[in-house]
Amino acid sequence: MHDATITGLSAALRKGKITSLELTQHHLDRIQRLNPRLNSFITVTADAALGAARRADETVRRGEGGPLTGIPIAHKDIFCTLGARTSCGSRMLDSFVAPYDATVVERLARAGAVVLGKTNMDEFAMGSSNETSFYGPVRNPWDPETVPGGSSGGSAAAVAARLAAAATGTDTGGSIRQPAALCGITGLKPTYGRVSRWGMVAFASSLDQAGPMARTAADAAYLLQAMAGFDPKDSTSAHEPVPDYTGGIEANLQGLRVGLPKEYFGAGLDAGIANAVEAAIKEYERIGVTVHDISLPNSPLSVPTYYVVAPAEASSNLARYDGVRYGYRCEAPRDLEDLYKRSRAEGFGAEVKRRIMVGTYVLSAGYYDAYYLKAQKLRQLISDDFRRAFAQVDIIMGPTSPGTAFPLGAKLGDPVSMYLNDIYTIGANLAGLPAMSIPLPRVGGKPAGLQLIGNYFQEGRLLNAAHKLQQVTDWHLAVPAGFA
Amino acid sequence: MSLDRAAVEKIAHLARLAISDEEKDRYARELSSILALVEQMNAVDTADVPPMAHPLHMVQRLRPDTTTEADQRSLFQEIAPATENGLYLVPRVVE
Repeated sequence: MHDATITGLSAALRKGKITSLELTQHHLDRIQRLNPRLNSFITVTADAALGAARRADETVRRGEGGPLTGIPIAHKDIFCTLGARTSCGSRMLDSFVAPYDATVVERLARAGAVVLGKTNMDEFAMGSSNETSFYGPVRNPWDPETVPGGSSGGSAAAVAARLAAAATGTDTGGSIRQPAALCGITGLKPTYGRVSRWGMVAFASSLDQAGPMARTAADAAYLLQAMAGFDPKDSTSAHEPVPDYTGGIEANLQGLRVGLPKEYFGAGLDAGIANAVEAAIKEYERIGVTVHDISLPNSPLSVPTYYVVAPAEASSNLARYDGVRYGYRCEAPRDLEDLYKRSRAEGFGAEVKRRIMVGTYVLSAGYYDAYYLKAQKLRQLISDDFRRAFAQVDIIMGPTSPGTAFPLGAKLGDPVSMYLNDIYTIGANLAGLPAMSIPLPRVGGKPAGLQLIGNYFQEGRLLNAAHKLQQVTDWHLAVPAGFA
Repeated sequence: MSLDRAAVEKIAHLARLAISDEEKDRYARELSSILALVEQMNAVDTADVPPMAHPLHMVQRLRPDTTTEADQRSLFQEIAPATENGLYLVPRVVE
């Protein structure tokens, strides 16, 4: 029952073949048995999950509810949850229990989803390997000696290992798509503002966006349907109507124009991944899309631009952790300055401190124009490249990540080589565009991802294109050994 | 741009992060390598490009200036490290 999709589980629940209580208990048992191999959960909320499952069963018995009613999911531990710890992967928030639910949490609860627990992540979502977590690294279910990607590595590993039917993630520079690629699942970063950021611990506020991680595009559509929509509590929430994502998923792709940016296929891309992308494009051509060569000339500058904008915003956002109102406080502070400095030094890990330092530097007096203003100008040029591309094509496709999952520890000592993992994903964040990663044929036995980038608010079109490929291929159905 | 120990000390103070003597050289090395990556930005002339602050060029919404939040001070202070009589406690600031 853990290998069924949400589509299948939802039908089985409705027909009375299984109950949510059985389904939830089955997933909790799997977490207990298999999660020690992965470390994909920080907190398991078994009692709350069983209570929610019983309520979901009553809803189904009354003939009410929707496709997510009674479906066991997990939340990345970046979403505030009333009554359960929200650690954000950090010692700073190790004892933090939020006094409210994030909008994403509230909406999925209202849709009837059952929450199994909170998943592991890079500290404050800063990382591409899930190794910066205070709670230890997550292991990739396809090969426990390799990373699952990050920062939503716990969610990706849990979904790939069939410990949860689906999970939430957040994506600031690729944190949904890159772990989805490395773990062989489907992940979607929506348009900036499509999903409310209220109650989502802030990293870089002009880039952060929450989205679904699931085993199929159809399942991701159910989650996005519940998550998306205007929220007055988020000042950057988009006031755009939410289309019927599930209803549009079967549309014919005949005549869809797909653009392949030449910059996404240059030096640095693993040859096996390049071949796998080519195989996927051939399948797309068979189902009627036309393929066009395009260029995003400023995309090589997206990594340097991002590593100014994101740390700058992070250093401002993380100024709130002062050891006074909530979170970690050092022992026996000598004075107020010592309280601030030691609480932050002891509460934050190495990568978070590195980014706070970079952000503080680029915003400091005398350097603002050279770094932050320059980066904002490049952000405009990167965004303009996409605008021109979408005048010619409907969807941009390419690899999600330049390589497959790398060994634990391989890039931990070299921040810059870690940052280059996000070279293909960062552009969509800087421009605010929706983007997905879906499984390619495996490369050397390891998962790899095809990235699809759409125009603003075209999540429906991305889900449609992803679903149609998954209808004619079986790459997304592979189960890692030991988790079948 | 290469950073020295003095620059690292200044940044750490601005960021209110305590750093040990041993950490200063490591930060100087790591931050310098990140800034070297970042300086690839200078390859492009951006003199006439307007800076982009927000992906959708949205205008901030306004709302009527009325009270929308109830007082939840005691709830919020339950998770504070130290409080007394509804106030947050910090080391003495004024002697």
